[in-house]
Amino acid sequence: MSKAQTLLDKLWNAHEVLIREDGTSLLWVDRHLVHEGSHHAFAKLAAREGDMAAPDLTFAVVDHYAPTHGRAKIKDPQISRMIETLRGNVAVHGLKIFDLDDPTQGIVHVVGPEQGLTLPGLLINCGDSHTSTHGAFGTLAFGIGATEVAHVLATQTIWQRKPKAMRITVNGTLAAGVSAKDIALNWIAQLGTGGAQGHAIEYAGSAIEALSMEGRMTLCNLSIEGGARFGMIAPDETTFEYVKGRPYAPKGAHWEASLADWATLNTDHDAEFDRDVRFDAADIAPTVTWGTSPEQALPVTAIIPDPNHLDASKGKAAKAALDYMGLTAGQPLIGTPVDQVFIGSCTNGRIEDLRAAAAVLSGRSAKISGLVSPGSALVKAQAEQEGLDRIFTDAGLTWVASGCSMCVGMNGDLVESGKRCASSTNRNFRGRQGRGARTHLMSPAMVAAAAVNGTISDVRPLLQGRAL
Amino acid sequence: MAGWSTHKGTVITLPLANIDTDQLIPARFMSVPRSEGYGNYLLHDLRRAPDGTLDPDFSLNGNAKPSILLAGANFGSGSSREAAVYALVDAGFHAVIALSFGDIFSSNAVNNGLLPARVSDADWNALSGATGDAQINLEQGTITIGTTQVSFALEDSWRVKLINGWDDIDLTKQHTAQIAAYKTQRHQSAPWAWPAHVD
Repeated sequence: MSKAQTLLDKLWNAHEVLIREDGTSLLWVDRHLVHEGSHHAFAKLAAREGDMAAPDLTFAVVDHYAPTHGRAKIKDPQISRMIETLRGNVAVHGLKIFDLDDPTQGIVHVVGPEQGLTLPGLLINCGDSHTSTHGAFGTLAFGIGATEVAHVLATQTIWQRKPKAMRITVNGTLAAGVSAKDIALNWIAQLGTGGAQGHAIEYAGSAIEALSMEGRMTLCNLSIEGGARFGMIAPDETTFEYVKGRPYAPKGAHWEASLADWATLNTDHDAEFDRDVRFDAADIAPTVTWGTSPEQALPVTAIIPDPNHLDASKGKAAKAALDYMGLTAGQPLIGTPVDQVFIGSCTNGRIEDLRAAAAVLSGRSAKISGLVSPGSALVKAQAEQEGLDRIFTDAGLTWVASGCSMCVGMNGDLVESGKRCASSTNRNFRGRQGRGARTHLMSPAMVAAAAVNGTISDVRPLLQGRAL
Repeated sequence: MAGWSTHKGTVITLPLANIDTDQLIPARFMSVPRSEGYGNYLLHDLRRAPDGTLDPDFSLNGNAKPSILLAGANFGSGSSREAAVYALVDAGFHAVIALSFGDIFSSNAVNNGLLPARVSDADWNALSGATGDAQINLEQGTITIGTTQVSFALEDSWRVKLINGWDDIDLTKQHTAQIAAYKTQRHQSAPWAWPAHVD
């Protein structure tokens, strides 16, 4: 009998073209997603006068620089140039593009799954660290740099050493007001931002199985914030139901064949992991970051830690973080005044995220301003059909078009220096949302709660008596 | 990319943990073509006041022309932006020495001839206390500062790549037949893996 295999083993073996003597594998890439930021890689390919190996497996999306308003006439010439450069490369190589005016445009990690480009059993690369999002489908998906993007363009393959296997099991039931975002921030806070470095994470357990595809994508998306280039979840009925009928998904006989193949995409019972970690869903509270690293996160009911009470290395970082964030040790997180909110991004810009935020904001006013940017034009249309846009605008928030927007600020949606933003995004790094910006990461429902009170707040009391 | 096996230079210490790629190069500079050079954007917002003037107290802003960076744990975590490596390389760096690195940063570094050298806590402390000329030997896997010598950890395949300055696309082209055979086999065994035709 052959050795028991992990999901990682099965996906890796299925894509291995060859393995070199030094242990590096050459892997076949089923889907390659590119965006405006891929300009360095296209320039490298052009410098070699090279052709693309598989334009039919490469899809372009306008997202990082996509304006969220005033698209008809883009004011910033630098932003126009970035989008025009992508269009030029798409034209040269004959690629499919989800452009600004396309009714299916959106953030690359939202569009891929929506369009059925993301499927179980595939290997997906994109020049973006949040490519781990697609692992939610039982997909080997990982972010790559520009040199690697150029390599995939030229060869449709990638050299890669197999990572170690890590399993994060979460059993039990999440309480009301607690979401996949909180599962992620909780494990990153416990294990650290380098906690999963060198590993591919498989998420398992009853709390993971109970998540929707949207929740699974949020969880896999944030794997990189704990250091893992890969996050994945074995596909099941929830996955197949989501994929079925999407535009680029298999049809007819191919669909039947794919289901048979996908049924084998799970970790064998006796398979061993290099690292195995467990959490209980009942222990997870709505979680908020207080510092400048995703590991600097605590349950919202906690007090801001005293750097002098942490071990030396963490204490120094905590002191610098509190200084940058303008926070005082020993104060409760709840009640910290917030200047603005942002709901969106590849982490939490899907329909379920907007519904969760709207459930809190419905019939209430926001005390502070904020931006709501759906993850795609399709999510935007769906939300408008459900009347969610009215809930946000009636509360006083601004409803805009889809893109990476204020998560990374490349399109000009920035948080001003010294301002504090409650954000449904993925990185609270110094300057991430703009120079001097102070970011607190949390779930969309928690962002909505911050909007209602104008302070960091526990969403749970605001949900009492409301249908979820 | 030119290969190298030894490097002599000057070390500068940046004893901060979690220097992420957003700090190495803020996103607003990433639309610049590489030919214009990325060196001035390295750690831009940590080094410069909002008006652009250099902070004289920041270690990188001294007169020395450092080429080896001794940095804290989890260096280069975060975004996959290769521009973070361009900023270091264009500013004249050959190596970063740290307790640990972001996975994507490490691959990007090696793809641009920049050594991501992992060292232990004890060796990091020894290096940070040492004075004198610095030398890195890739073949031997050693870093020497003055009379202090330590070993660093690096995947063997990456060591070979840095020394030879290999270009992966050229290497992969040697396997064109194997790739074609794989593609044929995959198309037969998993035809569903190709995108369905969309009108």
